[in-house]
Amino acid sequence: MAKIAVTVNGKRRQADVEPRLLLVHFLREHLRLTGTHVGCDTTQCGACTVLVDGRSAKSCTMFAVQADGSEITTIEGLATEGKLHPLQEAFWEEHGLQCGFCTPGMIMTAVTLLADHPKPSEQQIRDGIAGNFCRCTGYQHIVNAIQRASNAPER
Amino acid sequence: MPTSPVLPKLVGQRVKRREDPRLIQGRATYVDDVALVGMQHVAFKRSDVAHGRIRKIDTTAAAGMDGVEAVYTGADIAKILPPMPIGTPFPSPEHRAVAVDTVRFTGEPVAVVVARDRYVAKDAADAILVDIDPLPAVVDVEQAMTGKPTVIHPDFANNLAVALVPGGTGVTPDGKVDDSALNAAFANAEVVISQRMVNHRLAPSAIEPRGVVAHYEPGKGTMTIWSSTQNPHILRTFIAALNGLGQDQVRAIAPEVGGGFGCKINIYAEEYVCSAISKALGVPVKWNEDRSEAFVATTHGRDIVAYVDLAAKRDGTVLGLRMKLIADIGAYNMLLTAAIPTLTQMMANATYNIPAVRSTLTEVFTNKTPTDAYRGAGRPEATYFVERAMDMLARKLKMDPADVRRKNFIQPHQFPFATQVGAVYDSGDYGKALDLALKNANWEQLNKDRDAARAQGRLVGLGLSMYVEVCGLGPSAALPTGGWEHAQVTVERDGRISATTGASPHGQGNETTFAQMLADQFGVPLEHVTILHGDTGVVKQGIGTFGSRSQAVGGTAIHLAGGKVKSKMAKFAAALMEASEEDLVFENGTIGVKGAPASAKPFASVAAYAYVPVPLPAGMEPGLSDEAFWEPTNNTYPFGCHISMIEIDRDTGEPTLLKLVAIDDAGTLINPLIVEGQIHGGLAQGVGQAMIEEVVYGDDGQLLTGSFMDYALPRAIDFPRFELDATVTPTPVNPLGAKGVGEAGTLGSTPCIVSAVVDALSEFGVTHVDMMLRPEKLWRIIQGQGAAQGGRQ
Repeated sequence: MAKIAVTVNGKRRQADVEPRLLLVHFLREHLRLTGTHVGCDTTQCGACTVLVDGRSAKSCTMFAVQADGSEITTIEGLATEGKLHPLQEAFWEEHGLQCGFCTPGMIMTAVTLLADHPKPSEQQIRDGIAGNFCRCTGYQHIVNAIQRASNAPER
Repeated sequence: MPTSPVLPKLVGQRVKRREDPRLIQGRATYVDDVALVGMQHVAFKRSDVAHGRIRKIDTTAAAGMDGVEAVYTGADIAKILPPMPIGTPFPSPEHRAVAVDTVRFTGEPVAVVVARDRYVAKDAADAILVDIDPLPAVVDVEQAMTGKPTVIHPDFANNLAVALVPGGTGVTPDGKVDDSALNAAFANAEVVISQRMVNHRLAPSAIEPRGVVAHYEPGKGTMTIWSSTQNPHILRTFIAALNGLGQDQVRAIAPEVGGGFGCKINIYAEEYVCSAISKALGVPVKWNEDRSEAFVATTHGRDIVAYVDLAAKRDGTVLGLRMKLIADIGAYNMLLTAAIPTLTQMMANATYNIPAVRSTLTEVFTNKTPTDAYRGAGRPEATYFVERAMDMLARKLKMDPADVRRKNFIQPHQFPFATQVGAVYDSGDYGKALDLALKNANWEQLNKDRDAARAQGRLVGLGLSMYVEVCGLGPSAALPTGGWEHAQVTVERDGRISATTGASPHGQGNETTFAQMLADQFGVPLEHVTILHGDTGVVKQGIGTFGSRSQAVGGTAIHLAGGKVKSKMAKFAAALMEASEEDLVFENGTIGVKGAPASAKPFASVAAYAYVPVPLPAGMEPGLSDEAFWEPTNNTYPFGCHISMIEIDRDTGEPTLLKLVAIDDAGTLINPLIVEGQIHGGLAQGVGQAMIEEVVYGDDGQLLTGSFMDYALPRAIDFPRFELDATVTPTPVNPLGAKGVGEAGTLGSTPCIVSAVVDALSEFGVTHVDMMLRPEKLWRIIQGQGAAQGGRQ
């Protein structure tokens, strides 16, 4: 077992974990933060995307021990003081989700996308979410949502 | 007089979804989020051989591992679980949830582990030693139907699950066949198109893999099963039956479900096994599918070969169609496996008034993962075969592909239209959809653009496809599960409304669309309506969500149950207000007398009166709750037209989809925003099938596309912006006029893309190319190596 200390959604957490424990399972099963999902086992689908030290990362491809000392934000920590993040608002407004399973990862990826490209072109958005699968929407409403969020006054 | 804001009518509006707040905040509960005290984890050991006899399974090491609760072989499971049933009236070989002596596809379960957590369970599954004597793998479907290289199920000679069932012109209900009309059509033909086509195998790939939590409570003798399913009531029926329980003793819950696309209709081995193990051990157990498991363990879709012959006159009039269908159904019959290709057979008439049609169906076992429903389920295959043939006819006659279609359309005045293959189309105006597609795509200009691009040496092509599908499944005569849907609507004591629906959504947005309908019906705010679903402990009866039936069948049940409650509430209001029921209007959160707004009572006060009815009006029972079972008299038949433009890189053969215009007619639309989303998703899966997705098996029956590294699931960069529009031809089959839209996008898209590719490659003399359109295949054609891809003319 290995000792780790991470800050998750602003709260410091310490745990003894198996060295092979995936970060996503640490979040989901140890901390019961089940908004982060697992949709594949080859790092393709992106449903497990969280922010590690402010950058999007696929939490199925990191061991929990690798996150030791890191600051992690999951979908549950994105809204602040009961106010939805502009991306959450935009996904709702633009019907950017159907079954919702890919949505947390898609939104967390979009956070980094908009940090890198505050006014992205459609192609930049499509490139930026190419590591996240959605089987329901055909992506068009997701693209619309990210465009909408990029125009939000406060982000 | 109560002052209420004027409430807008919501049906037909782009209302944003009420499901979304929990989903965008990570607060929804999917199966893998369910955790029960004392819950054990299940892992399956699966065969890595496609076909073979099990010699020995050594579970010693696994059973001895710390944290392992139990290990079961197929023989052990057979003691606690009968063979798996199917949901169709076709003959079927015995199918054990865990193989006992023979394995018939890679990924078939051979043993089961129950352990403390998922890591230990997987370690233990890895430690099980399985010794299998390989048998020849049956992979090629047309070879399989001659019994070669071997027969998979001894009772099914030549691997035929369903042998040469004829349908269409000259076929009587008792199966007698008169070929004269068909032979005459071909004898009178001035041109005949003949083509072998393949509609290849796909992996449905809902982003949430399947999962089960089963909890048998020995003290109560009841079972609760959570599953990522499209139809919890059907699940309940089968779980009860196989565990020797009554349906009253089983509660099935479909919590948040992360996509289905047809593959979560089937009741799977893992659901049965988890329920039986929970019952045997008396503890809750959970299993969650890995993606690599999903590729072998979750049913595949499509996989039909067709030999198509089309007889026509030189002016484009189609005289006859012969379609010989051969479906590769994999190793076993699952819930609906055998029925899916019958929908291909049934839709052979397409949108055309073809006087003589014969579609003949053969279903064949192979050593592959079984097939079952996948979005469209039989209708995309029919559309692909007929529309490709129509396009080949247009090319052969040098006619505009739109003109050939138009010449043969069933005309609006001919509805209801009984086809040659037994369908009765409810309503349609195919010319209108075609006209709008041509207008929106700017067809003439598009042709000029293509020609201009070609003049520059670019390989650009245009494709057009019509489609008609069978939706709103369906009358009980057509569905062994029952073809109705159920709803219960309750006006609560505080005037809020709750409603249950047997339609069990997994992304379709029923919580919003059904609430829109009830809010309008009762004249109350949307926020005062809650739609409950997906739990047989809450929803008394139901069938489920498949075949684009939620709105057409489930929505109608909601509408009818709402109407019953409303009429009872009107009686209470009439008594309270000393008015006549017929004069009452429900609007803006009040019930009032028409023309006398000052008299209006708050909706909630009438509700309160109904629950404390002093005095109780004569002949009335207290309360405001009623139910409806809606049994449709027919299916619905949505239709549309899709147009695409494709460019192929001359150097690499890589195709790029430049444009996709879709006109879809789903009848009345309750929420156009949600409808758009459904069409986008369907188009994406159709484009995916045509251009990048394909399940591939090796000659040894090994799945070569067993992960997302090998199976190309479409990404955002694979699509242009889809251009949608709609015509609206309501169905007379239900009072809403709604036809269903969930699968539409998968129908027109594949043939219109393939036709565009054939158009783009026309300079190479190609008349047909089968999907999927991998660059290598197109490159070979460009290099002059592709003659075999052409027609047999």
